[in-house]
Amino acid sequence: MPVYLDHAATTPMLPEAIDAYARALAEVGNPSSIHSAGQHARRVLEEAREQVAASLGCDPIEVVFTSGGTEAINLALKGTFWARPGHRVVAPEGEHHATLDTIEWLVAHEGAEAARVPLDADGFVRTDAWAEALSTGDVAVATALWANNEVGTIEPVDALAAAAREAGVPLHLDAVAAYGHLPIDFRSLGVAALSVSAHKIGGPVGIGALVLSRTAPVVPLVHGGGQQRGVRSGTQDVAAASAFAVAASVAVRELAERNARLAALRDRLIAGVRAAVPAARLSGPEGDDRLSMNAHFTFPGAQGDSLLFLLDAAGVAVSTGSACQAGIPEPSHVVLAMGRSEEEARGALRITLGHTSTEADVDAFLAALPSAYERAAAAGLSNRETVLGR
Amino acid sequence: MSGGVDSSVAAARAKDAGHDVVGVHLALSRMPGTLRTGSRGCCTIEDAMDARRVADLIGIPFYVWDFSERFKEDVVDDFISEYQAGRTPNPCMRCNERIKFAALLEKALALGFDAVVTGHYASIVTDAHGNRELHRAAAWAKDQSYVLGVLTAEQLKHAMFPLGATPSKAEVRAEAEARGFAVAKKPDSHDICFIPDGDTRGWLGEHVGISNGAIVDRSGAVVGEHQGAHAYTVGQRRGLNLTVPAPDGRPRFVLEVKPQTNTVVVGPKEALDIAQLAGSRYTWAGRAPEHPEREFACEVQIRAHADPVPARAAVLGGELVITPEHPINGVAPGQTAVVYVGTRVLGQTTIDRTVSAVPLGA
Repeated sequence: MPVYLDHAATTPMLPEAIDAYARALAEVGNPSSIHSAGQHARRVLEEAREQVAASLGCDPIEVVFTSGGTEAINLALKGTFWARPGHRVVAPEGEHHATLDTIEWLVAHEGAEAARVPLDADGFVRTDAWAEALSTGDVAVATALWANNEVGTIEPVDALAAAAREAGVPLHLDAVAAYGHLPIDFRSLGVAALSVSAHKIGGPVGIGALVLSRTAPVVPLVHGGGQQRGVRSGTQDVAAASAFAVAASVAVRELAERNARLAALRDRLIAGVRAAVPAARLSGPEGDDRLSMNAHFTFPGAQGDSLLFLLDAAGVAVSTGSACQAGIPEPSHVVLAMGRSEEEARGALRITLGHTSTEADVDAFLAALPSAYERAAAAGLSNRETVLGR
Repeated sequence: MSGGVDSSVAAARAKDAGHDVVGVHLALSRMPGTLRTGSRGCCTIEDAMDARRVADLIGIPFYVWDFSERFKEDVVDDFISEYQAGRTPNPCMRCNERIKFAALLEKALALGFDAVVTGHYASIVTDAHGNRELHRAAAWAKDQSYVLGVLTAEQLKHAMFPLGATPSKAEVRAEAEARGFAVAKKPDSHDICFIPDGDTRGWLGEHVGISNGAIVDRSGAVVGEHQGAHAYTVGQRRGLNLTVPAPDGRPRFVLEVKPQTNTVVVGPKEALDIAQLAGSRYTWAGRAPEHPEREFACEVQIRAHADPVPARAAVLGGELVITPEHPINGVAPGQTAVVYVGTRVLGQTTIDRTVSAVPLGA
């Protein structure tokens, strides 16, 4: 059986979410229709919205279902930028591409100016620089990851949110990686918006949510029938929402227990990697400041994609953690932002755990790692200077 | 697996032959185009997807390996500097020499593979002593042994060309069709893959830098002006716009391009005839001749689709010196001369210098 250790990319759907999905798919009814079939669909949809809202500590009206995390982030950033005065967009350097590329687009096409806030060596946002970037008086919107999707660093969101409040800047939190692993209470955070995605917590791909405070003005990206506060038009996906809701309820209910179990597995994995390959270097912090499901290493002299290939051949699925263009791994901008060299960044490997992970999975990875590293390091050397053909 | 029909069928045949095959698409550009355009047969994201879908059908794993930096250094920059030095390089040969059978092969060997399989039309024959020899493909019209002439014994030991014995390209396309490959009818690629619109001169103009200069005859007298020496190739007749007529009124041809002085030399057609060519950057494809310093009979081919010409060759003073039986024309420094004995590729050299059959003043 192949060992799946890439839960940050996507995690298996929970059986109960699949059941809810299939049940809802079997029923007809557009939740915007007025007849009883529509009313029934509407009821299933709104119950789902309530459950998702409960998992996020917000009101149901604040939950805007989207096609996923990327759309939620686009809506939060573009929508807020367009609705507000100011032209600066503040974001830390290690954000997901959904954020970075959206800002890049706003800069190229909408006259925005990007303010990048540096990270420290463990991937934490530099809070002094954050506060300074927010203080210029012309900031339209600020955004930050709650937890880094690549290296697992949990950011000091209370401090980031307090600084934004003080500066009077609407803050969006990208909680896609944090969701299901950290308790989220939107009300007490006092931020303008927050993005999550269902498939990272055992729900289906194709649905996510933007939690949008009542007082946060946004210009919609999608126009049409005026569904969801007029912010996100389009027929609402009842089946996906109800499967999302089931996954969200389970994620919150089992959060503490699962975190304890995964943190123990993660620490076993980290200790095992250090024992097997002493040269490997953990990226990001240890202990409670790190997502319980995340381990991320750089392997000197080896390329992440060689390691990935060799581990895949040995039946273990992991990730280089960084974005791909046509399947080519770029050196991770997150690892670079943490002050590592490009060469180090190319040797990055992300191993992420989830609800199906077991000790046997971790041990299978640790068993396959030493020979994979040895070979990848040999290939890494040949990659710099070839001998053949000279 | 470029995403073209040849490498697709080659991969399928290697799998059928019982090998443990993994499909690899080479990413050669940091900024690949999204969709295929014109006659480029590789290098866009669409081509990578074509290759991936073929790998799915064959039932092999598929990965994209990034060689964009190596490709830029060893092929693209080399192409530019060769032109700057007044030579006419063949980037596809350089890619075989430095990327496919060097960077790729070495990475593959390090990762535990035994060989690189490609869709080239060429054959590998093992002689009585177990030495690997490179031979022409059965389909002479598609034969690509010329562009593989740079491979050494060590590289040939780890190369496989499953299409070498196929009688025609049509047969490969029919096989791709029968295997259900969507790429069965994909057009062949002709152009240099890193020059998107096929406009080599325009591309060189951007990368080499253009300045006007003199067109001179063999005595050095100025007979016209050019708009950048790189745009001229040896043997070219058209578009010279010479302002001083030839004394004998006969057409003149480009004989030489001299980037160091930014001049183009023209002269009569017979001055293109080359009696001898030589190069110091020579390699043997497989086992080297026992006494390369002793002149031996061979055939020489100077372009991918040129006819082979009977010749004699020997290594003299560190150069492979090739003397065709009859003068040949259209030879430019930087081109590769591949030496054959029968169907076997014996070796090759990049041409450094040529000796005209018609000495100046004759």
